[in-house]
Amino acid sequence: MGYPHPSHPKENPVLSKHFGDPEARTYDGWVKRGGYEGLKKILRLTPEAVIEEIKTSGLRGRGGAGFPTGLKWSLMPKADGRPHYLVCNADESEPGTFKDREIMRWTPHGLLEGCAIAAYAIGAERCYIYIRGEFTDPYKIMDQAVEEATARGALGDNAFGSGKRIEVILHRGAGAYICGEETAMLNSIEGKRGNPRIKPPYPAQAGLFGMPTTINNVETLAAVPHVVMRGGEWYKGLSLSNPKSTGTKLISVCGHIQRPGNYEVTMGTPMKELIYDMCGGMRPGRTLKAVIPGGSSVPIMSAAEAEDCLLDYEGVVAKGSMLGSAGMIVMDDTTDMVYQIWRLARFYAHESCAQCTQCREGTAWTTRILERILAGKGKQEHFQLLLDLSDNMTGKTICVLSDSCAAPIVSGIQKFRQEFEAYIQGAREPALAAV
Amino acid sequence: MSATAGQGGSGAGAAAGAHRGMSEHGSAHGGKGTETAPYERVFKGERLARLEWLFTKYPTKQACLLPALWLVQEARGWISEPAIGEVAEVLDLTPAYVKGVVTFYTMYHTHPVGRHFIQVCTTSPCNICGAEDVMKALLRETGCGDLGATSPDGRFTVIEVECLGACGFATPILVDDDFIEGVTPEKVSGILQRYQ
Repeated sequence: MGYPHPSHPKENPVLSKHFGDPEARTYDGWVKRGGYEGLKKILRLTPEAVIEEIKTSGLRGRGGAGFPTGLKWSLMPKADGRPHYLVCNADESEPGTFKDREIMRWTPHGLLEGCAIAAYAIGAERCYIYIRGEFTDPYKIMDQAVEEATARGALGDNAFGSGKRIEVILHRGAGAYICGEETAMLNSIEGKRGNPRIKPPYPAQAGLFGMPTTINNVETLAAVPHVVMRGGEWYKGLSLSNPKSTGTKLISVCGHIQRPGNYEVTMGTPMKELIYDMCGGMRPGRTLKAVIPGGSSVPIMSAAEAEDCLLDYEGVVAKGSMLGSAGMIVMDDTTDMVYQIWRLARFYAHESCAQCTQCREGTAWTTRILERILAGKGKQEHFQLLLDLSDNMTGKTICVLSDSCAAPIVSGIQKFRQEFEAYIQGAREPALAAV
Repeated sequence: MSATAGQGGSGAGAAAGAHRGMSEHGSAHGGKGTETAPYERVFKGERLARLEWLFTKYPTKQACLLPALWLVQEARGWISEPAIGEVAEVLDLTPAYVKGVVTFYTMYHTHPVGRHFIQVCTTSPCNICGAEDVMKALLRETGCGDLGATSPDGRFTVIEVECLGACGFATPILVDDDFIEGVTPEKVSGILQRYQ
């Protein structure tokens, strides 16, 4: 297992404070660091009071959509007599993103505490944590933590003697990116193929096994104990730019960068500081060409856009992209953009659940057209064809997988058209064999 | 329903399965998904107890499908047609339905694989950090030659996978359940020696 980097002075470690400290993984170690106090505290409050505190904090979903967490919890029906479920989305598989993995590897009890608090707030007795199949180490660590927390009475039939039943069950995925989409995840837990569901009904109305369900990302839930311990007002104050983006955010930085890793920064931190100060900038002699800031599913930013961007939900939108899951893929001047856009399109073609025609056909056809361009068989009309296909793939399907495939293609053509032209005009050697 | 009833369930999921299997479960596997010895049940003794424990964790038997398939793969290394039939039987599902689910998820093997199964990430973040060179080194040094093929000595199968979720530690590979980060072509032979 890779060891995390020492925290940089410009970081604001809240969730990542104990990354790299193996003792924090154990129940006793976690308690020694103040763990489970948040859960004990809220078990004396009403669920409504917990939800209010989360609303005050301004915490928003860290999985990509940025939906306000307190509001999401408040949409759950109250005392309707049906079982309620909490699902923790630990299916992290958005290319460029590797933050939830670190949370589970280093602070499993922090996540469990967040799950227990959320379960209490929404009236759920059961929480399923859906961990992607490839995360073998995080699964083992979480499994051990669940066992320990249950044995010590933090979870189970009578959490900390409160009379509340909070049970956590780990559910292992089996290799399907689409199961990170929340309704596909529900189907997958139910023993079905991971096909996203049409909404409405929303999960809060009819989710897992048809019951009211809340789905939250690992990082969101891991932030919850900090919010309840230090207060919503404190969390809300962690904001350097737009007050709608509060708290800290784990940014996964990868690609052509000196010091890749997870960096926890206050919302609104300039991307330039992250890239050049915290991560040590580009490799010697190289310059920044592009950044995909929110995991691979968001539009590609040019170097100029990236260097002028603030890292919060609104800041990245202002530069034409999205914060998403904050998996930042950094690309320097050696990058063949056409090749990497093709590689991303291939990813989405592979991961499409094949339910919607626009996605099933669109991801496959865009991949093939990009392959032809890379093989030196491209034509001028391919630009329009790719854009037309992308248009058909955007906003027209059950989930956003096909939109995610279109985003790098459209932004890639807009910002790096000359690289496509070089292949089409024969100015560049084909990168792939003829197809 | 007998344990071998799964033989008839090859239709469902074929379209999505073929689509999803673009890179890793392609032609290299051919039609080798057969088991010749008499079928021995997976769910007996400890594994049956494990399955019954699972029944207490979900409100429906169907929801135990993914964990039950993991138990089969853990026991047998892959999921054969008779095994699909057995899973269908213990969960009150049809073999066709179970097969549709098995083929949707790429981590379930519908064919026998080498003693050690290697998955290498080549998605963009790792790709720009040299993942394709790692993949080529793995294919060369295992003797597998092609993606999805098993080495002549039966020791390894190598496949290319999409994002393993460790992009900052490029290039990650999974050897069986061992997650190994920061692999370079130079490190490949040393890693392989640990897996006989």
